[in-house]
Amino acid sequence: MSDQNVFAVPNVPTPSTPVKFNSKVCIGCNNCVETCPIDVFIPNPKKGEQPIILHPEECWYCGCCVDDCPCPGAIEFNWPLPLKPRWKNKETGKVGQAK
Amino acid sequence: MATWNEYLRSEGKPPSWPYPIKFGEEQVVDTDVLVVGGGIAGCWAAIAAARTGVKVALLEKGDVKRSGSGGPGCDHWCNAPANPLSRVDPDEWAVHMADRPYCNGIGIQIQCREDYDTLLEMEQMGGKIRDTNDDYVGAEGRDDATKFMISPRYGTHHSYAPDPHMGEPGFNPPEKRNNVVIRIWGNTFKPALKKECQRLGVQVFDRIMGTSLLNDGGVQGARVVGATGLNSRTGEFMIFRAKSVIIATSGAGSVWLMSMEHGGYSNMHSRAQSGDGTAMAWKAGAALTMMEASSVIGIATGLKHKWYSGAGDASYENVPIVDAKGRRLPYPIQGWEDAGAMMPTFEVQDKIRDAVLKGEYELPFYGDWPAMAEVERRATWNLMLMEESTTRVMVNAMNKSGFDINRDQQLSYKFIEGNSPAQWRDSGYGGGVVVDWDLKSTVDGLYAAGTQMFAPEDHSYAAATGRYAGRKAAAYAQGVGEGKVSREQIDKEKERVLAPTKRDTGIEWKELHSGLSRAMQYFVSEFKTEHLLKMGLEEVERIEAEAVPQLFAHDPHKLMRSLEDLSMIEYAKIHINASLARKASSRMMGFSRIDYPELDPAEWHKYLTIKQENGKIVTGDMPQAFWGDMKKSYEAHNKDYTGVYNPNK
Repeated sequence: MSDQNVFAVPNVPTPSTPVKFNSKVCIGCNNCVETCPIDVFIPNPKKGEQPIILHPEECWYCGCCVDDCPCPGAIEFNWPLPLKPRWKNKETGKVGQAK
Repeated sequence: MATWNEYLRSEGKPPSWPYPIKFGEEQVVDTDVLVVGGGIAGCWAAIAAARTGVKVALLEKGDVKRSGSGGPGCDHWCNAPANPLSRVDPDEWAVHMADRPYCNGIGIQIQCREDYDTLLEMEQMGGKIRDTNDDYVGAEGRDDATKFMISPRYGTHHSYAPDPHMGEPGFNPPEKRNNVVIRIWGNTFKPALKKECQRLGVQVFDRIMGTSLLNDGGVQGARVVGATGLNSRTGEFMIFRAKSVIIATSGAGSVWLMSMEHGGYSNMHSRAQSGDGTAMAWKAGAALTMMEASSVIGIATGLKHKWYSGAGDASYENVPIVDAKGRRLPYPIQGWEDAGAMMPTFEVQDKIRDAVLKGEYELPFYGDWPAMAEVERRATWNLMLMEESTTRVMVNAMNKSGFDINRDQQLSYKFIEGNSPAQWRDSGYGGGVVVDWDLKSTVDGLYAAGTQMFAPEDHSYAAATGRYAGRKAAAYAQGVGEGKVSREQIDKEKERVLAPTKRDTGIEWKELHSGLSRAMQYFVSEFKTEHLLKMGLEEVERIEAEAVPQLFAHDPHKLMRSLEDLSMIEYAKIHINASLARKASSRMMGFSRIDYPELDPAEWHKYLTIKQENGKIVTGDMPQAFWGDMKKSYEAHNKDYTGVYNPNK
């Protein structure tokens, strides 16, 4: 991070990252851009690169972008901290939580 | 990089708007039947209309492939009493289902008669409706001959309401079950519907928000002859000329609640559900009813845990609820032993609460997956929850994070997060367009289907009524000439739609929505009086007079969101006016007037209608069951019904 890249911009809306892209797998096909009923994403100006999350706070977590992605692993759900589901192992009582 | 802020840091500038900007430009589309809204009802309407050979245009705010409440999926095909495993007569079952105040007997009759045909057509299109891979052999409700999976819902009882005897041995015996609800793989449905629309030559316009209906000659109440729309990516203004129009949009999901920060869009419904169709029909002069109805929101993403909360998250289709020590709660599980009930009786709810306070039950509670029979466990997790709308992605996320249904108990949030405040209300189901036996509104040329009708029901209801409205609107279009759209009406609407783009600063859509929601929470909520309702109306009108002229939008997407606010403001005003007109309380409509506390008094046991005539509000009423004899009326209007579509003819 260089000093030149510090901009005076408003707060980033939260949750800021409803999904995470894996740039090694994503082929920038924009299927998620077209699938999302809300237009959370826009296509990347650079062809073949992963879309840009423009309206993260409008996401209502339908998950269609992840479910319908033609490149498994390219896009992964990223639950906001307050929404991560929890469970416990019935035998040991060890608590788990979605990543 | 994935987010706009990462892009900014990496590139040194924000991304440019990725689509061509066409503010002020127009596109005119001529068609026979126009369908506004491409969810379940809208797709079925477009398909049914196109099968008759007429030209059909379908406009959708998102992308038809996954838009609407049924976009991600659906796990139940409710109310298909004509299926071969059913033990009830469809007409008798319809009467049974409609035997409650403030339902829609017309829609219910259509659903009961045609829902099974609709399901078979869904299968023709590529939707999965049977356990064809034999994944659930041995599961309760699975029929080995047809491979249908009957759901526990509506077992021996027809409602979600609790029965004092549920859970007792012999309460819901297999040989007495109605077998009217079928489990489905609904995630496969929406893409198949879009494909079928395209195969039949429906002109699909994605990313178009409907903004107004066009009346013949621009006269309110005259025949509807088209609609206007906005492209939410380019800002282009769309003009549709049509012989008939079907509105298949949604209710208004978030009039009372706006909080998207920290947890995402905070509602049961997505932001796209903003009552646009209701506002459009209202302005066109169509009568609405039950507009005073509302209920408390069950799910509020971000503000509450997001899980389908019908019965309290982890309790779902046979998953027993236990306390922290593993003690079974007397809580229904929407399963076989309680015939699909969603909640305990009030007495049992009080008992559970008392037991928690006394330490007899220890919090938190859990859904005890390992306690279930293996095949039932898989059927619930892999079929029901994988196919039920937005829970699919949650199931996948939990699987990926190591959750194991054979080993783990799922935390139930029902009792630790409490109920939603009564001010968080939802108008999404209840109020809507008055329809007749053709699903035609009170305005000529205008039809309604699915959630856009008054007292709507579920996914399969949207499908069956959409399919029905499609063929009726097509028949109408075949018998009439072209109407005349009014340039004056179009110009006025275009000015309204584009106004926020003319300003650089002022109030943006989020603040406007928040302001409206707060006014509704304060004055039009759990406690209603004439005085409070009038204060609420004044407040909303003040917002309209003072804040709306400051609304600004810098790109087409934010313009769409701004226009959704205006739909919600219109919706709120209709709701308040209808609330002022009903001078009685009603349990079914979640309507509590402190100044008229008596619940459902006989003289108010009726539908209240509300519409505009020459811009003036006119109210009226219709009796309960105004639809008459359901079987006779249906048959009189459907002598030419041909059953399941043959794609090869």
